[in-house]
Amino acid sequence: MERTTIDLWVGIFVAAGIAALLFLAMKVGNFGGFQAASTYSVQASFDNIGGLKARAPVKSAGVVVGRVSEIRFDNERFQAVAVLTLDQSFAFPKDTSASIMTSGLLGEQYIALDAGAEETMLAEGDALKITQGAVVLENLIGQFLYSKSEEEAAALDGQ
Amino acid sequence: MVLKGINLSARQGQVIAIMGSSGCGKTTLLKLISGALKPTQGVLRVAGEDLVGLDQAGVYRLRRRLGMLFQFGALFTDMTVFDNVAFPLREHTDLPPDMVRDMVLLKLEAVGLRGAAELYPSELSGGMARRVALARSVALDPGLILYDEPFAGLDPIALGVIGDLIRRLTDTLGLTSLVVTHDVQESLKIVDYVYFISEGVIVAEGRPDELRASEIPYVHQFVHGEAEGPVSYHYPAPSYQADLGMGHV
Amino acid sequence: MFDAITRTLRRLGSRTVNTLWRMGVATRFFGLTLLHSGTAFRRPQLILKEIFSTGVLSLIIIVVSGLFVGMVLGLQGYQTLQTYGSEEALGILVALSLVRELGPVVAALLFASRAGSAITAEIGLMKATEQLAAMEMMAVDPVARVVAPKFWGAVISMPLLAAMFSAMGIFGGYLVGVVLIGVDEGSFWSQMQAAVDVREDVMNGVIKSVVFGVAVTIIALFEGYDAPPTAEGVSRATTRTVVTSSLAILALDFVLTAIMFRGV
Repeated sequence: MERTTIDLWVGIFVAAGIAALLFLAMKVGNFGGFQAASTYSVQASFDNIGGLKARAPVKSAGVVVGRVSEIRFDNERFQAVAVLTLDQSFAFPKDTSASIMTSGLLGEQYIALDAGAEETMLAEGDALKITQGAVVLENLIGQFLYSKSEEEAAALDGQ
Repeated sequence: MVLKGINLSARQGQVIAIMGSSGCGKTTLLKLISGALKPTQGVLRVAGEDLVGLDQAGVYRLRRRLGMLFQFGALFTDMTVFDNVAFPLREHTDLPPDMVRDMVLLKLEAVGLRGAAELYPSELSGGMARRVALARSVALDPGLILYDEPFAGLDPIALGVIGDLIRRLTDTLGLTSLVVTHDVQESLKIVDYVYFISEGVIVAEGRPDELRASEIPYVHQFVHGEAEGPVSYHYPAPSYQADLGMGHV
Repeated sequence: MFDAITRTLRRLGSRTVNTLWRMGVATRFFGLTLLHSGTAFRRPQLILKEIFSTGVLSLIIIVVSGLFVGMVLGLQGYQTLQTYGSEEALGILVALSLVRELGPVVAALLFASRAGSAITAEIGLMKATEQLAAMEMMAVDPVARVVAPKFWGAVISMPLLAAMFSAMGIFGGYLVGVVLIGVDEGSFWSQMQAAVDVREDVMNGVIKSVVFGVAVTIIALFEGYDAPPTAEGVSRATTRTVVTSSLAILALDFVLTAIMFRGV
């Protein structure tokens, strides 16, 4: 085989391979999404994050506006702290609230932001004041049973 | 221990043959000379260098002044004839491509195969492949060429051509040729001196005409190709009767 | 009875010793190859030639297999997901299984049988026809001139082939899922993009294929270099290359998966 033919084929091969890698990175994966755009980070503390994981989406009105970049435990307040990386193009008021929600039946958890009404906007490093942690099934059932028994007790008292 | 004390010397411009029946240690001798094996004891000098104490780099340095023709040529099957002959030049020199080309064509012309330069080894006959291999082994103008069974498996015409070529290259390039072979008739025609090896020792040596007339039983058997002699036709075995169970009858 | 046990134990022992010894030699061979890679990098033309014979010549089988594997995934995945009413997750299923597992693993298995066996046969034949010995006689180190370029050529080809396999597979899944069955195109891609992470999934897939490439190539090279210089020896070595490297791929895949996707 001629040397130039080999060079040509190897060139085509390597180009196709790199194209495939780029396809996997850009079209299949979420590269070029939020990592590439400029972002800012805010913190949100939760009593319980449930099954929330790093890289989970942050949505507002159902639209993805950022991702959870880090989750850690605050050993002074005994709370979970999630660092949210938000796209610079979305600005939220200071009194925006964050809550952990579950999407679909399969139960992927995400953070939903509810915009507040204040004039000043969130900036890099700010903390969200109003948060709602994940709903834990056991707590829910516990609450339900507790309120039921309270109701019954009240009914008995009333008699 | 295959070889037990061989005293062998070769001068420039000579074709030396080393003969012996298969398995007598001829190939071992070639490996020793080329540095592929180290002798367990003794002295081994090739081109003035002591091979015993030589490291890998030293062996490689020595081999650049050494050519070797393998039994079936050992051409690189993925390269053309031209690239095969150019291989040692490209590996060991920084010559510009057109100079490499000239040298390769020169060597190929010497073996009469300049026209076959663009063929692949699979397209060559056995004799042609060996001629190309010969051109490749002289590419770097070595002082010594070793031939491992250069006549094996060739038709009579190719045999004559190769024999002739070995003689002619040795004379014109002023090399020393060391031919390991068991082809008596062909080699006796072209060599200057013959060593006979049997069971690791030299049993006879001399010029071809001396050996043809030799009365040493082993040499006589070998030169004339007789079935019985010092080398027995039968592999050592217990007596035939005993093996057939007839001893008990 | 006692004899039989001793014999079995002895056979087991000799096999163990043999295997360990071969692994030791192979490791040393690997080290030698790395050590003698200088020539290959000084003469990239040698590596290019090997990329051609391992990569370019494996292209067809990789692309076609990738397409079909992806199409089957699309079909089977749809059947299963449909029962849960979540056909939109087809993109996730196809992409994640290809990028994380099937791409690197199946491409490496194909690579072992296509390129690995060819490497073993080529080196084995070069040894059987004394080409390696001839090279050494010309004061050229066969490890530096033949083995190392083949090693690097194959190691460069492998991740590229695996990426092409995955990309073709996703395209095949898209063909069956979206074009043929009619899953919503938007959710196919967007769900996929939301679930596939570049670092966690794509990069780990690439790392896997590099590791597999090294393993397959070194096994193929070693088997060829170590083969008895006969026709039978070379053919056996070729078979051994395919068997050993397939097992190595699957075993390594388990180990790598356990390390990489532990936290997810």
